[in-house]
Amino acid sequence: MSSPNAFTSAFRLLEGPQTLGKGIGFWSGFVVVLALACIYPLFADGYDVGNNVYFFNWAFMALGLSLIWGYGGALSFGQTAFFGVAGYAYGVLTINLGDAYGLTLVSLLAAVGLSALFAAVLGYFLFFGRISGVFLGIVTLSVTLVLERFMSQTAGPQWVIGSARLNGFNGMGNMPSLTIPWPGGDVVLFPDVPLYYVTLALLVIAYLALRMLVNSRFGNVLVAIRENPQRAEMLGYDVRKYQLIGFVIGSALAGLSGVLYTAWGNYITPSSMGMSAAALPVVWVAVGGRSDLTTTLVGTLLVLAGFQALTIYGSQYALVVMGLLLVVTILAAPSGIIITVGSFVSKGLRRRLARETA
Amino acid sequence: MAILQTQKLDKWFGGLHVTDNVDFTVETGEVHCLIGPNGAGKSTFFRLVLGEHTSSAGAILYDGADITKEKPFERIRRGISVKFQVPGIFQALRVRQNLQIALQHHLVGASLDEEIDRLLEFLKLKDAEKQLAGALSHGQKQWLEIGMAIALKPKLLLLDEPTAGMTPDETFATGEMVQALNAEGVSVLAVEHDMAFVRQIAHKVTVLHFGKVFAQGSIDEIVADERVAAIYLGEVHA
Repeated sequence: MSSPNAFTSAFRLLEGPQTLGKGIGFWSGFVVVLALACIYPLFADGYDVGNNVYFFNWAFMALGLSLIWGYGGALSFGQTAFFGVAGYAYGVLTINLGDAYGLTLVSLLAAVGLSALFAAVLGYFLFFGRISGVFLGIVTLSVTLVLERFMSQTAGPQWVIGSARLNGFNGMGNMPSLTIPWPGGDVVLFPDVPLYYVTLALLVIAYLALRMLVNSRFGNVLVAIRENPQRAEMLGYDVRKYQLIGFVIGSALAGLSGVLYTAWGNYITPSSMGMSAAALPVVWVAVGGRSDLTTTLVGTLLVLAGFQALTIYGSQYALVVMGLLLVVTILAAPSGIIITVGSFVSKGLRRRLARETA
Repeated sequence: MAILQTQKLDKWFGGLHVTDNVDFTVETGEVHCLIGPNGAGKSTFFRLVLGEHTSSAGAILYDGADITKEKPFERIRRGISVKFQVPGIFQALRVRQNLQIALQHHLVGASLDEEIDRLLEFLKLKDAEKQLAGALSHGQKQWLEIGMAIALKPKLLLLDEPTAGMTPDETFATGEMVQALNAEGVSVLAVEHDMAFVRQIAHKVTVLHFGKVFAQGSIDEIVADERVAAIYLGEVHA
């Protein structure tokens, strides 16, 4: 397995039919953007750096939704359920276990694992029950809303796990930040420069790993199911199994978002699983272009930044703009604004090139 | 030796008996065509064989094994493959990738690429390999789907009106493809309307009527059968 051959063939999957961007041009751009992201903290103040971590936190959920919806064709409207489950799980675990001995990192893994397990159970009933299309969206949305309702009524003192009060609609707080055990004193990752680099590294790893996944045989089958599930089945693929695996991976990424968010702000509330929270990831992913990881990532970060800028003037008004953005996208550029503009520009360039060479 | 056999196969849709006690056999190496008037239950029978419908009673045997309760993908893995009436392809993917998805079950690396090239050649799609499958002509889409179906190296190929919407030339070329496959040992069950096409490929013809096997025999026997002419061929040849 670990022969150099397997190694290079895995790297070859960084490019392929399921991802835009290839060749020296794309990867040079990638390196430049990454380098800019790396030197950014040198020029920005602590607040802005921490705020960027906040944007990065959400990107995992967006990439996961791109996998499930953009690649697999199954619109989950309830990725926030896994976000919330993992966030609360991280809170409960770390409040009880503390932050020494790297236990926050163990809690991170356990919380993400729990969200993946939850996704596996829910996904089993969804996909093996052959629920698809709009019904999948309705069921997943219902699940996240039920969780929100449930957590909102846990204000009483009887709602306690170990020493962790669930605390109802006010939300759960005071869980420790991620803490890396280090000789000579643990490194606590406050929303500052070290957390920025850790989150950025995780994001780059997730992005590259997903590129390899979607260009692999597995990814081929996933897009085949999106295009024509009947034909995929008639090629001998167990469609339900592939959809379930995609759903679990995508939901684990939503769980990772939940943990990172909770550890970042030392806080999580039921509203993170509510209606508007559930709708926002769909907007981020749809606007950029859900069927590609890069456009999803860029679109998500841009929309998040825009949303935050608008929120300064009034949060309700910002939500209306998000809704409008989704409607405009669906009407004018259903495959996503970045993808549509990109293919328009490249078509124009090709036509000009053809004219010049003619 | 039978590659496919149904024993007293029954399917009810509510009060409608769409497949009525059908005993039907495709011998190994045979090209068997299923014909009959609209509403005769051809498509339902086809879907029962595929596993897209579950039978109300009776059994389906493939190569001697009972597959009545198996899911479609399990039947496909046994060596059945299918081509639908409406081309079932991956429209937004390139022609080459369509074939790759069909072939990646049993091939990797260079041998995968070679086999894709061989199939593209066979299907007369070499020039279109980089096109999106949705942009092909109707006949080319049909061929691409046939290519995906045979990429699985099936022992039994099911064809549901494979020539629907094709020009006479395309229909004839499709017949030649079927004959070439059959010469390699693939058994074929085809649902078909086009009698010229049936005449070109069929070793044996079964006429279905009101969900029952109405007549069976060689194409000449079927065409000569006055009862068949009365219910079906009469309309066509009139």
